[in-house]
Amino acid sequence: MAELAYWEAIRRAHDEEMANDPMVIAIGEDIGVVGGTYKATSGLYQKYGEKRIIDAPISENSYTGIGIGASMAGVRPIIEIMSINFALLALDTLINAAAKIRYMSGGRVSCPIVLRTPGGTAHQLAAQHSARLARMFMSTSGLRVVTPRGAMDACGMLKSAVRCNDPVIFIEHERMYNMREEVPDTEYFRPLEGAEIVRKGTDITLIGYNWSFILCMKAADMLAKDGISAEVIDLRSLKPLDRETIRRSVEKTHRVLVAEEDEAAVGTGAEIISVIIEDCFFALDAQPVRIHAADVPVPYAANLEHAAIPDEHDVYKGALKVLGKI
Amino acid sequence: MKAADQKRLLREMIFFRRFEERCFEAYMEHKIGGFLHLYSGQEAVATGVLEMIRRGQDYVITGYRDHIHAIKTGAPAREVMAELYGKDTGSSRGRGGSMHIFDPTVHFMGGYALVGQPFPLAAGLALACKHKGTDQIAVCFLGDGANNQGTFHETMNMASLWHLPVLFVCENNQYAIGTRIDRSTAVVDQYKRVCGYNIPSSQHDGQNIETVIDAAAKAIDHVRSGNGPYFIEFLTYRQRGHSMSDKTAAYRSREEEVEWAKRDPIKLYSEKLVKAKVVTDADIKAMEHEVLNEIENDIVKFAEESPAPKVEDLNKFVLDDSPDPRWIGPLQNS
Ligand SMILES: Cc1ncc(C[n+]2csc(CCOP(=O)(O)OP(=O)(O)O)c2C)c(N)n1
Ligand SMILES: [Mg+2]
Repeated sequence: MAELAYWEAIRRAHDEEMANDPMVIAIGEDIGVVGGTYKATSGLYQKYGEKRIIDAPISENSYTGIGIGASMAGVRPIIEIMSINFALLALDTLINAAAKIRYMSGGRVSCPIVLRTPGGTAHQLAAQHSARLARMFMSTSGLRVVTPRGAMDACGMLKSAVRCNDPVIFIEHERMYNMREEVPDTEYFRPLEGAEIVRKGTDITLIGYNWSFILCMKAADMLAKDGISAEVIDLRSLKPLDRETIRRSVEKTHRVLVAEEDEAAVGTGAEIISVIIEDCFFALDAQPVRIHAADVPVPYAANLEHAAIPDEHDVYKGALKVLGKI
Repeated sequence: MKAADQKRLLREMIFFRRFEERCFEAYMEHKIGGFLHLYSGQEAVATGVLEMIRRGQDYVITGYRDHIHAIKTGAPAREVMAELYGKDTGSSRGRGGSMHIFDPTVHFMGGYALVGQPFPLAAGLALACKHKGTDQIAVCFLGDGANNQGTFHETMNMASLWHLPVLFVCENNQYAIGTRIDRSTAVVDQYKRVCGYNIPSSQHDGQNIETVIDAAAKAIDHVRSGNGPYFIEFLTYRQRGHSMSDKTAAYRSREEEVEWAKRDPIKLYSEKLVKAKVVTDADIKAMEHEVLNEIENDIVKFAEESPAPKVEDLNKFVLDDSPDPRWIGPLQNS
């Protein structure tokens, strides 16, 4: 086992998949000569050449569309969009084309693309670099949406995403690229579907994904000091959602909190709490709580940004609220 | 061109016209739903260009006015009609309808409703051909209106930059719904618009099928020989409204329609072939008769008699229906 940073894990997945299958290519802005804004493809241009690591002009909708078109004819593109904010320019081709082509063609044409993009808030990047749009993709039929929480899933899930026959929106996180985690030295895959109970507990279920999962883990440590045993679930896949794992956990703990970095309205927390109400309402002993961002465009000033975006203390306090302790 | 080929092309165009006009009737009878965009008047463009590709190998993609492009590429006309009828035997199993005909078995990669969306998809198909090192090409048919989308400019840039084997066919029928081209577009000669991307281009009469064929042959040869993309513009005219609800009177004159009717591609070609003694008027009558018979007694019959998709299958085709558990899981919690 070696420790890899999240970005190194992404890079390793590219490298292994490109070595494995000549049909795998990567396309994105500054991914080649520069090696990627977050280094996720560094060195691969030198190794695989400009035909397979393609530096694209700043035309998100059309280079994503080119990837989708190529995927319809047997190529397996990994498309990088520098920030999920810029993916808004590619929504036509992602939502109107990639997500719908299999269905509209009666299952005869598929679009096996992976669209990788960092989708959280970093530090003081202000409103136009801090959108968290997972919920928008999560509500689109025909897409898969995954959110790896660390190097292990980042590498293993990216490899699975490349081999999967569906369009996969692969949401990374600016604050996580340098986080390190042990991963096997030999090739491994991690499945795209299935939430994971990462920490077992009995008193409350904390549910998060990528960054908000990390907040849940930190909050669980804080709760443990108070003698509270929190179970922590990493959703891993926002679409499809693993309702079964959520239900089983809530039936055990009877209390639940959902954390997301995004605004609340029509969001991940809203969806998950609806699912819980539909699947196991009578298992609940307390009102669920959502921890989420303030309903504002993300501000620049550090103190305002801090106030707008949830942290582990917010999750901790939210859990105490569910437990009736505040 | 050989007389037999000329005769076949004329018959094909007659077939395409009758197919579309039969769709019109079926729509009026409420057998076809949704939006229906007919190709009548523009037949020489798709028939001529697609005559010259390697059908089944080259990739073809277009917008929502797609029935004829699909059939000429090789999609069975029965299945196209069944699709319009929303049947399970349709090209897209009844999931797409008129605007979304697909037949990947002949590399017809779809009709798309979003104006301009196929530009990058076509370039992507071409990128795949190039990546595999074959001499296949991609052919993208779109209207004049589509050239005002950002995807036009973005895609022309990348197609040129990366020397992609893609032929862009602009069917300039002068209108985008009811907006005449000079009211929407600063440069009305569409072939000039790709100069800024260093893509060779030309403009031709789209009503004369042999002109289309000659021009397409050169353009296709250019693209197939590894010279990168080519943009070819054909001047043409749609005889019917944009879609079934459009009556055209608000935006174009009767005189204009009459002028263009004189240059109907089927009329022009019939006259030419009669004059050259390739066919007689009686031959044309016989063709019309045969074609109507085939449409009615084979194609429409097939569509009418086919079963509707099963409601139990509503959720099929959203994602891969038989995914590999190695990649998909689900992950098991201990
Ligand atoms: C993105 C988008 N905007 C608007 C429309 C509505 N619309 C459908 S067809 C059309 C006109 C397109 O004209 P043109 O490209 O010249 O094609 P034609 O119909 O003449 O063949 C418009 C505006 C659409 N379908 N998609
Ligand atoms: Mg037009």
